[in-house]
Amino acid sequence: MLRRLKRGLYRHRWLLMRRIVQISILLAFTVHIPGYGKIADGNLSSSLWFGELKLTDPFILLQSFLAGSSIALPALLGAILVGGFYAFFAGRLYCSWVCPINLLTDLAYWLRKKLKIKGNMSLSRSLRLWILALALALSLFGGTLAWEMVNPITRFQRELIWFSFSGAMLLGALFLFDLFVSRRAWCGHLCPVGAFYGLIGRYGRLKVTATPSESCDASGCSRCMTVCPEPHVLAPVVSKQAQAVTSVDCTRCGACLDECHEGALSMKLDLVGMVTRKVDE
Amino acid sequence: MAEDKRHNKANLEDPAKRDTFRTLFKRFGVVLVGTIVGQSMILSRPARAAEALRPPGALPDLDFDSACIRCGLCVDDCPYDILKLASWAGPAPQGTPYFVAREEPCRMCTDIPCAKACPTGALDRHMTDIKKADMGVAVLVDHETCLNYKGLTCSICWRVCPIRDEAITLEPVQSEKGKLLIPTVHSDKCTGCGTCEKHCVLSEAAIRVLPRELGLGLSGRNSVGRS
Repeated sequence: MLRRLKRGLYRHRWLLMRRIVQISILLAFTVHIPGYGKIADGNLSSSLWFGELKLTDPFILLQSFLAGSSIALPALLGAILVGGFYAFFAGRLYCSWVCPINLLTDLAYWLRKKLKIKGNMSLSRSLRLWILALALALSLFGGTLAWEMVNPITRFQRELIWFSFSGAMLLGALFLFDLFVSRRAWCGHLCPVGAFYGLIGRYGRLKVTATPSESCDASGCSRCMTVCPEPHVLAPVVSKQAQAVTSVDCTRCGACLDECHEGALSMKLDLVGMVTRKVDE
Repeated sequence: MAEDKRHNKANLEDPAKRDTFRTLFKRFGVVLVGTIVGQSMILSRPARAAEALRPPGALPDLDFDSACIRCGLCVDDCPYDILKLASWAGPAPQGTPYFVAREEPCRMCTDIPCAKACPTGALDRHMTDIKKADMGVAVLVDHETCLNYKGLTCSICWRVCPIRDEAITLEPVQSEKGKLLIPTVHSDKCTGCGTCEKHCVLSEAAIRVLPRELGLGLSGRNSVGRS
């Protein structure tokens, strides 16, 4: 019994870690600790952690800059911290480890599988890049933070932190769209925030890496690809054309690592690659 | 001429070219529709309503809209929980902070924690004197219902004013009803905190805080004339 539990936990270790991190971040913004206040003030567009650490979302700050505002120092420093972190590790870590909307869309996907909903409107994965371009262009021409009129991430947070429910319809629509209309539509095809973080994490060092393993070759299962929210990123690795996942779309969610029972995949910080690449150049 | 025509026709029937044009037109279409929809969405969003007041130290309206990143740090730092972030249907652009004087006025904290919390400069975090704040200006909008105009001595707006006898004074005026004490706002001293509006005893306030451009006249080069 205990062993089964242990194995179950092990088989979902990445998912569990991810949920713990996501929910802790959500709680840090929402729970008032008596006598201390909140661990994090503000929301994901700009926040103050432990009353000291200021973080700012570089995408939102970029919109503000394009809308015609000069950038103030605290926001700039916060954006450099956040941008630097994601540029060094991996941009879309944000999507699977931080963003609260991921909880919603993962739930939609899980339910979709349970209910065996097959219908799927196929969307292009590059659509998010177009939406990103549109959001930036509209900020420039509209003089306002265009994406913030829609952005479900901060909307969701606003609703949790400051109790307003007028935006719940949009979140509901998003959930239903993911559930009934198109598989992983929001996070995998539409969201420009993910696209932006993917771009700044272009050369991120944290990578899902394949260790040469005979059992992987023998089984030929490619189960990793069936659980991956962005399956195309694993294709070069499964077909042995690449040693590691390098696509900007990989969110480092670890679903493939949970699923792989052959021990052929691991999450590695590829610092050596950084050095050797410099030598190559 | 005839040759030209044939040439064009051949061009169009080239399936590869047709595909290129098709995708090109599709993309242009998407961009065009996106821009139109987006632009109209931005323009159709109501501007800030007159009763939605910005926190102290805020930039002028349009600059504020581009500088504010909707983080809510000012809301979290307001010790009296007066500030709100506008929701989808709110009286200000979504996610931006505001307060409604009639519900809860600004308490004019001397250390101005809301402005200090702002990371972007949408609120002036270097502001030191709350009495220099400009959230709007109080205007005695209704002379018919104001009790002081009726000859009573309500004067509540004058009594609650945090800058009493400077921002609001009571000016004696002789009328056929006798001597009236007229609450008079001095726009150079009024910060627009809204305490007077909050405490007006009528069921709808006779004195209200308005954005300065709505609440004040402006004399031109001559004291009379529009330019």
